[in-house]
Amino acid sequence: MTRTREWLYAWLLLLPAATLLALFTHYPAIANLWHSFLSTPKANRPAKFIGLDNYRALVDDPVFWQALTNNLWYALGTIPLSIALALLMALWVNQRLPGRGFLRLAYFTPTVLPMIAVANIWLFFYTPGYGLFDQIAGALGFGHHNWLGSQSTALPALMIVTIWKEAGFFMIFYLAALQSMSPHLAEAAAIEGASRRYFFWRVTFPLLMPTTLFVLVNAVINAFRLVDHIVVMTRGGPDNATALLLYYIFEIGFRFWDSSYAAALTMVLLVLLGAVALFQFFFLERRTHYQ
Amino acid sequence: MKVFAKAGAWFLGVVLAVVAGLASAQTPVEVPFFYPVAVGGPITKIIDGLAADFEKENPGIKLKPIYSGSYQESIAKALTAVKSGDPPVTSILLSTDMFTLIDEDAIVPFDEVIKTSDDRKWLASFYPAFMENSQTGGKTWGIPFQRSTVVLFYNKDAFKEAGLDPGKPPATWTQMREYAQKLTKRDASGNVTQWGVQIPSSGFPYWLFQGLVIENGTNLMNQAGTQVYYDKPEVVGALQYWLDLVNKYKVHPPGIVEWGTTPKDFFERKVAMMWTTTGNLTNVKNNAKFDFGVAMLPAEKRRGSPTGGGNFYIFKKSTPAQREAAFKFIKWMTTPERAAQWGIDTGYVAVRADAWDTPAMKKYVEGFPAAAVARDQLPFAKAELSTHDNQRVTKALNDGLQAALTGTKSAAQAMKDAQREADRLLRSYK
Repeated sequence: MTRTREWLYAWLLLLPAATLLALFTHYPAIANLWHSFLSTPKANRPAKFIGLDNYRALVDDPVFWQALTNNLWYALGTIPLSIALALLMALWVNQRLPGRGFLRLAYFTPTVLPMIAVANIWLFFYTPGYGLFDQIAGALGFGHHNWLGSQSTALPALMIVTIWKEAGFFMIFYLAALQSMSPHLAEAAAIEGASRRYFFWRVTFPLLMPTTLFVLVNAVINAFRLVDHIVVMTRGGPDNATALLLYYIFEIGFRFWDSSYAAALTMVLLVLLGAVALFQFFFLERRTHYQ
Repeated sequence: MKVFAKAGAWFLGVVLAVVAGLASAQTPVEVPFFYPVAVGGPITKIIDGLAADFEKENPGIKLKPIYSGSYQESIAKALTAVKSGDPPVTSILLSTDMFTLIDEDAIVPFDEVIKTSDDRKWLASFYPAFMENSQTGGKTWGIPFQRSTVVLFYNKDAFKEAGLDPGKPPATWTQMREYAQKLTKRDASGNVTQWGVQIPSSGFPYWLFQGLVIENGTNLMNQAGTQVYYDKPEVVGALQYWLDLVNKYKVHPPGIVEWGTTPKDFFERKVAMMWTTTGNLTNVKNNAKFDFGVAMLPAEKRRGSPTGGGNFYIFKKSTPAQREAAFKFIKWMTTPERAAQWGIDTGYVAVRADAWDTPAMKKYVEGFPAAAVARDQLPFAKAELSTHDNQRVTKALNDGLQAALTGTKSAAQAMKDAQREADRLLRSYK
């Protein structure tokens, strides 16, 4: 009797959150899957079931493949670098040094700024001729470069903006973790004569693993989720060199009004992120040490 | 039973009374109206002021102006509203959105509300160049309101320094190239400190490119919006001229030139001549620290420029009274005086010839002759690229242009690929 009661009690507690999740996450995902099997309704042509046609079109769509490849490079370029940078900054501002509060604030500022504003600032940094980078390059005797306007540098240029924006955010989590770490560990290590390097790799870093996992999950999501700066800086150009998956979905859905093809593309993104999340939770979590 | 019948009669009586009351009180006709803002200045304030004036003169109509973001956001909002069954009654959207709106069965042609000979006279008063993007299949789907063309801005001081006559902007392609060669300055190590000319190529390169195409004696599409001519020799030739400015003569910055920073490049004297919209006129007037000139685009086989900007549309899901009210508002907004004032306030080209004869406009042009350049170019202007499945068909061209400008494809190859993609997209509309 009490067991059933407890069981019921638990479910009642879970119900509000579960309802919201079902309504705004699970139902849309399933509705989206269904729509990806239909044709896009037009004024005189109602939607009809076309099976896997949208997915077949997707396989033949060179821009989709380019957006996917771009996105993988983008993820590969931004995630490790922004995490490493965040950890470095956190270790740096965790020490006792003058102006520490100011430094922390400075590192965190990019996170506070809206992405659209950030993108507009960076647009001028990258401007050929008189932008910040070209002025520095010019002062050092290098020539001008059109960073956003050539296919080879446009995507890396956007990656730098993302790393700059994300690192400060992740730093906060590392900083919190570092501060909750017991000072006895460092003292004990000092008595034992462990080098700082050894202490970091054998004690600090493993103890930070839960934070790293959390940050990694966020970084992966952001690598596929954050496209505001593309709208401002390149609109996917030149010739789709900076088209990321989500931006392409937006373009198909809200510029070309091909909602069912956009639904098929969304399924790809959903499956991709689902697979990454599964890997992170079932594989990495096992190797993570929780205190 | 009797009680029920009594209650029923009573209820019916109340309903009838309410309905009668509503009819006699003449509830005002509500007209929700979406408008985008695409140029600088206090546009929202101007529109709200105009709407208030209109309501004062027409007490039976309640106008609801709703700021809907950029053009891109506005069409997205309008079409989403159509799909959810609650569209605005009228909206200003890009003239090139016409085919999209027709295909979505979202709008009605103006032929349904135009009845009197006065109305027909009003319709005939707009510049024909602006009507090209407003009519198809013998019907009028849009009314020109905030329209623009491409013009050439040039730095008169730079012209003087280079030994050119600041009163004579380039009139032909050859002249523009030669002037650009004289205007391009390099420092000791060969880096360019001032480019001769630049044509922006980010976002919507097709629009500026279309100027080159029209000047080379052709256009990019047919009036029915079912066919594009991306791989015509004249189109490839126009692209080759652009590429030659970059690669052969090295008087135009390489790679993709950002639309948004082009006016700033001009103010910073990084470029001596730029192609941009007339909508930037007020911006340049306020920010250029040097004497500047405005000129029509140079000619090859002819002069030419695409038109651009926004039209009024009336949405289908509206009552006849709402359509009438919206039509009244549109007519009111496009009288010669208001068209002139709107042009002066914003930098858009006043959309009808008689607007330029109003005292306000005459005075404005007298003090600022550059404002009339866009008008004088109108006889040479042609419709902006617009087809069925417009955004996709246009993207095919944009991708091709950017591929050529960044050097990954030759002019001919890029246009051939764009044509193939566009043909595939337009297959089902023929």
